[in-house]
Amino acid sequence: MPEIRVTPLGAGQDVGRSCILVSIAGKNVMLDCGMHMGFNDDRRFPDFSYITQNGRLTDFLDCVIISHFHLDHCGALPYFSEMVGYDGPIYMTHPTQAICPILLEDYRKIAVDKKGEANFFTSQMIKDCMKKVVAVHLHQTVQVDDELEIKAYYAGHVLGAAMFQIKVGSESVVYTGDYNMTPDRHLGAAWIDKCRPNLLITESTYATTIRDSKRCRERDFLKKVHETVERGGKVLIPVFALGRAQELCILLETFWERMNLKVPIYFSTGLTEKANHYYKLFIPWTNQKIRKTFVQRNMFEFKHIKAFDRAFADNPGPMVVFATPGMLHAGQSLQIFRKWAGNEKNMVIMPGYCVQGTVGHKILSGQRKLEMEGRQVLEVKMQVEYMSFSAHADAKGIMQLVGQAEPESVLLVHGEAKKMEFLKQKIEQELRLLPEAKKPRLLHGTLIMKDSNFRLVSSEQALKELGLAEHQLRFTCRVHLHDTRKEQETALRVYSHLKSVLKDHCVQHLPDGSVTVESVLLQAAAPSEDPGTKVLLVSWTYQDEELGSFLTSLLKKGLPQAPS
Amino acid sequence: MAAHLKKRVYEEFTKVVQPQEEIATKKLRLTKPSKSAALHIDLCKATSPADALQYLLQFARKPVEAESVEGVVRILLEHYYKENDPSVRLKIASLLGLLSKTAGFSPDCIMDDAINILQNEKSHQVLAQLLDTLLAIGTKLPENQAIQMRLVDVACKHLTDTSHGVRNKCLQLLGNLGSLEKSVTKDAEGLAARDVQKIIGDYFSDQDPRVRTAAIKAMLQLHERGLKLHQTIYNQACKLLSDDYEQVRSAAVQLIWVVSQLYPESIVPIPSSNEEIRLVDDAFGKICHMVSDGSWVVRVQAAKLLGSMEQVSSHFLEQTLDKKLMSDLRRKRTAHERAKELYSSGEFSSGRKWGDDAPKEEVDTGAVNLIESGACGAFVHGLEDEMYEVRIAAVEALCMLAQSSPSFAEKCLDFLVDMFNDEIEEVRLQSIHTMRKISNNITLREDQLDTVLAVLEDSSRDIREALHELLCCTNVSTKEGIHLALVELLKNLTKYPTDRDSIWKCLKFLGSRHPTLVLPLVPELLSTHPFFDTAEPDMDDPAYIAVLVLIFNAAKTCPTMPALFSDHTFRHYAYLRDSLSHLVPALRLPGRKLVSSAVSPSIIPQEDPSQQFLQQSLERVYSLQHLDPQGAQELLEFTIRDLQRLGELQSELAGVADFSATYLRCQLLLIKALQEKLWNVAAPLYLKQSDLASAAAKQIMEETYKMEFMYSGVENKQVVIIHHMRLQAKALQLIVTARTTRGLDPLFGMCEKFLQEVDFFQRYFIADLPHLQDSFVDKLLDLMPRLMTSKPAEVVKILQTMLRQSAFLHLPLPEQIHKASATIIEPAGESDNPLRFTSGLVVALDVDATLEHVQDPQNTVKVQVLYPDGQAQMIHPKPADFRNPGPGRHRLITQVYLSHTAWTGMPGGSEAAAGLQLQCSHSKMPLDGGW
Repeated sequence: MPEIRVTPLGAGQDVGRSCILVSIAGKNVMLDCGMHMGFNDDRRFPDFSYITQNGRLTDFLDCVIISHFHLDHCGALPYFSEMVGYDGPIYMTHPTQAICPILLEDYRKIAVDKKGEANFFTSQMIKDCMKKVVAVHLHQTVQVDDELEIKAYYAGHVLGAAMFQIKVGSESVVYTGDYNMTPDRHLGAAWIDKCRPNLLITESTYATTIRDSKRCRERDFLKKVHETVERGGKVLIPVFALGRAQELCILLETFWERMNLKVPIYFSTGLTEKANHYYKLFIPWTNQKIRKTFVQRNMFEFKHIKAFDRAFADNPGPMVVFATPGMLHAGQSLQIFRKWAGNEKNMVIMPGYCVQGTVGHKILSGQRKLEMEGRQVLEVKMQVEYMSFSAHADAKGIMQLVGQAEPESVLLVHGEAKKMEFLKQKIEQELRLLPEAKKPRLLHGTLIMKDSNFRLVSSEQALKELGLAEHQLRFTCRVHLHDTRKEQETALRVYSHLKSVLKDHCVQHLPDGSVTVESVLLQAAAPSEDPGTKVLLVSWTYQDEELGSFLTSLLKKGLPQAPS
Repeated sequence: MAAHLKKRVYEEFTKVVQPQEEIATKKLRLTKPSKSAALHIDLCKATSPADALQYLLQFARKPVEAESVEGVVRILLEHYYKENDPSVRLKIASLLGLLSKTAGFSPDCIMDDAINILQNEKSHQVLAQLLDTLLAIGTKLPENQAIQMRLVDVACKHLTDTSHGVRNKCLQLLGNLGSLEKSVTKDAEGLAARDVQKIIGDYFSDQDPRVRTAAIKAMLQLHERGLKLHQTIYNQACKLLSDDYEQVRSAAVQLIWVVSQLYPESIVPIPSSNEEIRLVDDAFGKICHMVSDGSWVVRVQAAKLLGSMEQVSSHFLEQTLDKKLMSDLRRKRTAHERAKELYSSGEFSSGRKWGDDAPKEEVDTGAVNLIESGACGAFVHGLEDEMYEVRIAAVEALCMLAQSSPSFAEKCLDFLVDMFNDEIEEVRLQSIHTMRKISNNITLREDQLDTVLAVLEDSSRDIREALHELLCCTNVSTKEGIHLALVELLKNLTKYPTDRDSIWKCLKFLGSRHPTLVLPLVPELLSTHPFFDTAEPDMDDPAYIAVLVLIFNAAKTCPTMPALFSDHTFRHYAYLRDSLSHLVPALRLPGRKLVSSAVSPSIIPQEDPSQQFLQQSLERVYSLQHLDPQGAQELLEFTIRDLQRLGELQSELAGVADFSATYLRCQLLLIKALQEKLWNVAAPLYLKQSDLASAAAKQIMEETYKMEFMYSGVENKQVVIIHHMRLQAKALQLIVTARTTRGLDPLFGMCEKFLQEVDFFQRYFIADLPHLQDSFVDKLLDLMPRLMTSKPAEVVKILQTMLRQSAFLHLPLPEQIHKASATIIEPAGESDNPLRFTSGLVVALDVDATLEHVQDPQNTVKVQVLYPDGQAQMIHPKPADFRNPGPGRHRLITQVYLSHTAWTGMPGGSEAAAGLQLQCSHSKMPLDGGW
């Protein structure tokens, strides 16, 4: 059995910089190529020298697969392909291909223009890199070369996120990327068929969490927004441009529609507008509701949500604003926050996690007085709410996916080591993976080797083709019975005895005095020397060995006393 | 409308008649050259298999009569033996199956042949088709045990075939025909009797998923036919739950469900432990597990079946709503639990802290089960599913289980309330209805009520109305809850004024259900002040009326309440008691005369006297025969008046009273018509006089049609009488025409038509004729032979005398009779704003109507729009526009598109007349009947 080697270049036991090298049967595949948010030095990209010390990347790798457009899964791609040098194919889904360059460009801008980093990849490099991308459809089997094939499955998480099955010969690996097992307002749940891979590489961000139902959170969110707006307050929702932003937009949009509300909702312009455009285009990747209704109306064509202008922040009256970035550390969201913080009627809702040190984190941990730049002190009177809308599978979801795919073994990545330990135990305990997946089946047949061709055919056909006569292998056995009666009667007794014991088999009494059970033949004979005993000849074919030996053992026990 | 009605009914009449004629013509066709011969010639002509196939296809399109089936079958079989091409043989085999289904043909004669050819057949497809044919034959002869046995044997022999199609059909055959008794009947050849269940069970592990599915289906078929499945099947089926193929899993879920219903109480061991549980619990757990299956088809199936497993123990049932939350290995409370806790601790609005939901206790890592073998969280998953089909199925299942278990109802409340926020309206509506169904078992907490009430702002009318109905039968626990509900309903009222009626009704029930909770709210609601007089509110304000409806209904069972009313409240009460009597009950007000003493409670509850009165007045009419015409007329007039009044007073008896009154009116008209002077005068002189008689005839016809179609619950007994009355009217019409027209030609036709009608009458109601002793038709039928041969003039004469002599038929009262009626809520009549639209363009008019006691409204109700120029337009509403809020009640909410070309009737009308005026009041609701 060819071995499967997995080398994580990143995100082995942490989150960020996802990059996993898999070798199956001599084929090398790189899964994801991400960057790490937490570092600004060389550590932000995976260490490709692990590969390059033995030669060029292109020679070593057969293909690269990107699971979705989040930067921790694709952020290092231009660096990898243009600066380190890789010319082979890069596979990703269509939405990822469309959105990925926008995010890369944005990332580049912040790194180069804002932080002034040198030796960073350029816009041209992003473009060149994207030229190497081959887009795949869901469930489309792509032959990378003669032996290596890949196939994408739906993963939820974000638009265009996919899980990939990599197959070489009979060996296969499934890489999940990030996925979500509970559907949300704009995406469906991850799904995979029972492909029984040898190895399942799954993320485990929430390895030790079982989440509450999404509905409660949604309801809370809507209720809070609704109440604030009704009071005449303003609601600020800091978001990142892609993913959760669209989900919340849809949530609010449908709620506004249902409740017939007229309060304006604004969305900060720029990146988000571009992204929304792609969301409109990739309807097949969204959830059932959007897919079913887009003919009447595309859910991403928002009726109530309009583009935000800086001047609107000072408008009187209630409003809801989505603004970037999501952690309130800079940009538009922070500006609006400073304007509105003083009024207790207003509210800010943080829909996601905030890194330590950001304004978002401070207010969430209850700080009411913030020091801004220039020694200003900002008093926060507005309400602060936290609401987690996360799109990773929780422990139950991971188990569910493992159960669906029925792999031989599971590899946990993209999570914390301690949490993985727990999940590992659970998987071992509850799923009892392994061999059953490929169970052996008994097969009767003949392998014909002819002109260097192999064929498996039924034995009858093989005999016919080769012009051979069938040989029968019969076992025979003598059983001595104590019976003083005649042979005929003995046979009859044997017959009735067997008839009563073997209900499922066809027991027949032939006119010549012998008894047959399927192919087993029984004949009673009287040896000349001892009239008190009868010899029972039992004969059966090789195929009926089981039945034959059962019968002999049965008969050796003797016949039941005949009714007189 | 009347003319229209009549026309339509005539249409129906002729429609009913036609098929009979067709049958007659068909019979004639039998004498034509036989089909078999033609087929034979065709098949002989065929040069290639493709040709033959074409002929067979053509042949299959035409029906074959039972008499010629046998011949055709012989021809087909003959060709079958000759044919080499499998596709033609396949078609022949399928034709054999089709033919054996022909009514009136006994297929046992072709069975031998079919089995014969089956033995020699090599092609798998043809084999499968032949087995299908045998199945058709077998199902046609359910009584013949021997044949069934034989067929089962054949099926068993072919079970080992290599093709899945053949095995499929064999299993199907076994499922449909396998003998139900396990008795050990022996075949002639000495073969052991076959235990069909065991044979089918062996194929549960077939290599082909289609065969596995077929095997399970066959097993289910056996169950449906009444065979008691063995319990051993349960284990086999459980293994199939982890099959790779969804159709197998889906069928297996069904099978498990069946077994669990058969042996709910038997005990099964839990694998890998020593414990044992009831089978139904085990099955419940397994099906619950399938709610998180990979295929949505299986999930829907599983969720649906859960609902019908009522024997499951409550411990397991409650697990379905339980999902142990944890965060970083620490136990977390669900939002539901938190809400409950907040509520009980008295501190309400919260969530201001980050980490409010912070995990508390540490979880023992060993104790956490991520994939519970049991039922854990099945509904939590089902309700969160991606596909709305699964969610709806889960909600339905919740509903059924909650109805049978009050404690479960209490538990599932939170989840149902959550479903009110689903993204798909159907799911929201379904969950509201579910909630209403289980509302007897539950009391809403304040925070739950809050969530429920939030939905009142939904823009969908269906949702809002469903919610109003839910509130009608909800129990609220606190006075704040009532206040909250009232405030939200009033908010709803201002936002959607069209909901007025529904909200008033809702408040009526809310008030009468919670009098004690309303009591402390009264001063606040009426804004009374202990010392000062407050301003009198506007009586026409719907919101104020809503508040009053709530209070008055609560006051009905709470005698202390009226003391809190101020003067104007009493005045308003009197006004509302009159104008909205269905919403405002009669109150006993202290120190005042009962305002509505006329309808004081003493009269209402006594039902018997009015029933008696009805009977008496109808019995009086019996004596009609013995009175002189003048007296009879008077008696009828009085009785009709009495009945009408009774109908107005007693709504329960309205249907019966109206029905009888209509009948009596017909009789009255008939008598009056016969009293006319014209009969005594020579015909030509009194042309004009006959107007009254012919008008009477017309009216009787109209009334009889109304009686037949506008009441629900009319039985055959009544239909006969009604038709009899109509026949009399027709006779009257004939006589009048005969007297007033000159020339015999038109009379001939009319006479013939009338006699035809009599003939129909006789044919339709042949069974009821004995009841019609001494009546018009009785006598008429006696004289029928004479009438057939005599001249029109003579016929008329006979009819005239008979009409006068015939006895008055007593109309037996049906058990339950209701007059069908329709009220148009929208567009309101006499609207001040006429509808304007531009000629040539289309304008949509919302129509909202309640239909009472209309049978099959989808087909019978149409909307008629009358335009000012006299044009009428019939519009057929879509079936989806009808909703069924209660028994006997329908609601039509639809849009009618109005359009009109340029006004032609206007003097000097030209294209310039762009604006058209249309009064809203003229859209009527004619009720159309059909048979």
